[in-house]
Amino acid sequence: MKNINYKDIYKQMLLLRRFEERAGKLYKMNEIAGFCHLYIGQEAIVCGIRALIDSTKDILITTYRDHGHMLALGMDPKGVMAELTGRIGGVSKGKGGSMHMFSKEKGFMGGHGIVGATAPLGTGIAFAQKYNETGGISISFMGDGAMNQGQVFESFNLASLWELPVLYVIEDNGYAIGTAKGRCCAGGELYNRAEPFGIPGRIADGMDVDSVIEIAQWGIDYVRKNCKPAVIQLSTYRFRGHSMSDATKIYRTKEEEEYMIQNRDCLKILQQKIQLSDSVIDQYEEEIKKIVDAAEEFALSSPEPDASELYTDVYSA
Amino acid sequence: MELTLRDALRDAMAEEMLRDKSVFLMGEDVSQYEGAYKVTRNLLKEFGPKRVIDTPISEHGFAGVAVGAAFMGLRPIVEFMTFNFAMQAIDHIVNSAAKTLYMSGGQITCPIVFRGPNGAAARVGAQHSQCFASWYAHCPGLKVIAPYDAMSSKALLKAAIRDNNPVVFLENELIYGKKGEVLEDQDYIMEIGKAAVLKEGKDVTIVGFSRMLDVAQAAINEVEKQGVSCELIDLRTIRPLDFATIKQSIQKTNRLLVVEESWPFAGIASEIIAQAVEHCFDYLDAEPVRITGKDIPLPYAKNLEAMALVSVEDVKRGIYKLLNRPA
Repeated sequence: MKNINYKDIYKQMLLLRRFEERAGKLYKMNEIAGFCHLYIGQEAIVCGIRALIDSTKDILITTYRDHGHMLALGMDPKGVMAELTGRIGGVSKGKGGSMHMFSKEKGFMGGHGIVGATAPLGTGIAFAQKYNETGGISISFMGDGAMNQGQVFESFNLASLWELPVLYVIEDNGYAIGTAKGRCCAGGELYNRAEPFGIPGRIADGMDVDSVIEIAQWGIDYVRKNCKPAVIQLSTYRFRGHSMSDATKIYRTKEEEEYMIQNRDCLKILQQKIQLSDSVIDQYEEEIKKIVDAAEEFALSSPEPDASELYTDVYSA
Repeated sequence: MELTLRDALRDAMAEEMLRDKSVFLMGEDVSQYEGAYKVTRNLLKEFGPKRVIDTPISEHGFAGVAVGAAFMGLRPIVEFMTFNFAMQAIDHIVNSAAKTLYMSGGQITCPIVFRGPNGAAARVGAQHSQCFASWYAHCPGLKVIAPYDAMSSKALLKAAIRDNNPVVFLENELIYGKKGEVLEDQDYIMEIGKAAVLKEGKDVTIVGFSRMLDVAQAAINEVEKQGVSCELIDLRTIRPLDFATIKQSIQKTNRLLVVEESWPFAGIASEIIAQAVEHCFDYLDAEPVRITGKDIPLPYAKNLEAMALVSVEDVKRGIYKLLNRPA
């Protein structure tokens, strides 16, 4: 087991939180447009998993709720924010937007807008890992809503049949946009949905970094050691809407939201657990504010892509 | 060397797999069974199960897996038993394969070939008889190839496998057994995006692709007896379209007929005629004509099926219409 530096994890979670808050602010100022899915509330999941991966060879792929994953992997907040504002300095030169960013260098394969697509794509990454004998694994994130897509089950079948090193991570925030899990997922929980394919699954509290780390360590070890797939389901909650244009009051009560924010905030839980002093937190806040300020400044000052970019990158040479 | 189109395709895959270890093949029954249409004969024996992989009947899933592998730099060849079943996978072909280079600002390439038989076979009904050329050709980021003879089948499939972009490679079951001369040179490839003038003529330009060129040839042979000279163009690649070759021919014949197996609405014929009107209006001496499959799901009954598909008579009628002559 890797040595876990909880302070670093806390700091990273705080960066994700403050970055997303700033993105939300810029969205309201019309500097960011379109769909913008904030990760606020779910930070413990990717930050916990990030602490365990082998960044030299493991590859992550996720959904449209991807800003946090990129920051956790060490992608430059400036590039991510500038992509949100649609500028040339963005990770995808402003041509991808919130849902479509990638970094070969950091082992991040996107950023995908179609619910469920990350399951086969992530399985294909694992196929390549095995084919090339890299020793790396694929970590394929999806939400609870994706778990009703046929392609997810096709992926389970293929990954098990071909013994592919892929860890499927279900970030279960309880709502498929506006439809509660109980209204769209038959049979209760999701972690065991791959069991008929011979894939073990476990479930844990996604708000507690310790439990994220424990289950992810199990999953990563299982996948790497056996070169076989595994599933982990992490129960979490997004504190904001599905995207910036979503009014949560239609499908969740204010009481539920307030309860979760007051009592289940992954940042607070970790802070209490590791007894971080206010002065340390203040210091982190100060450092992070500088990073986020710089990201905002860059994202607003980087020019829009030149018109000459319109027709580039459609085909590769 | 004379080869069937089927073996030309097989050899293209075998040669490219030999040349580049990152090339592998997956699809339903491609391995042990050697392909539903025997296009993958002997490949399992030559390359083993790591690189010649039978899939379950899960087009959506395995197409996505192949695209994910291509993002990582592998060069998958995905065989669809027929392109009818690729509709299950079209989300990954379009949303994942075709768009990611652009969405990533040029960072992530997707070197992948989706191949298999396309279009109507014989008496297999509406769900197994459809030409998807216009569906895929519609999408920027994809290249679309539909070869007609053994040589271009081999040389273009090799080019497709070497290409760094997603390529949709549309074959036709009814011409798999057709023989043709093929160069033995393993390094010979054809450039994607180049049409070929199969036959020179002076009165009418006929443009088509894949099996429709057989129908066009038959019609040309008949009208020639009446003194009509047709130029026949094999598109070979549908996207990017080689309109320059078509234009050159229109400037000579001043008459354009496009023959397409698929439905008329928003098809390849519509596109070519639109471009002809946009770019060579002054050279056209008659309204361009499109001869396409009828605008209906393909019927099963022998007589109805024959009426629904493009016939030699249909093409002849089009030629005479262009020439304003009675048939």
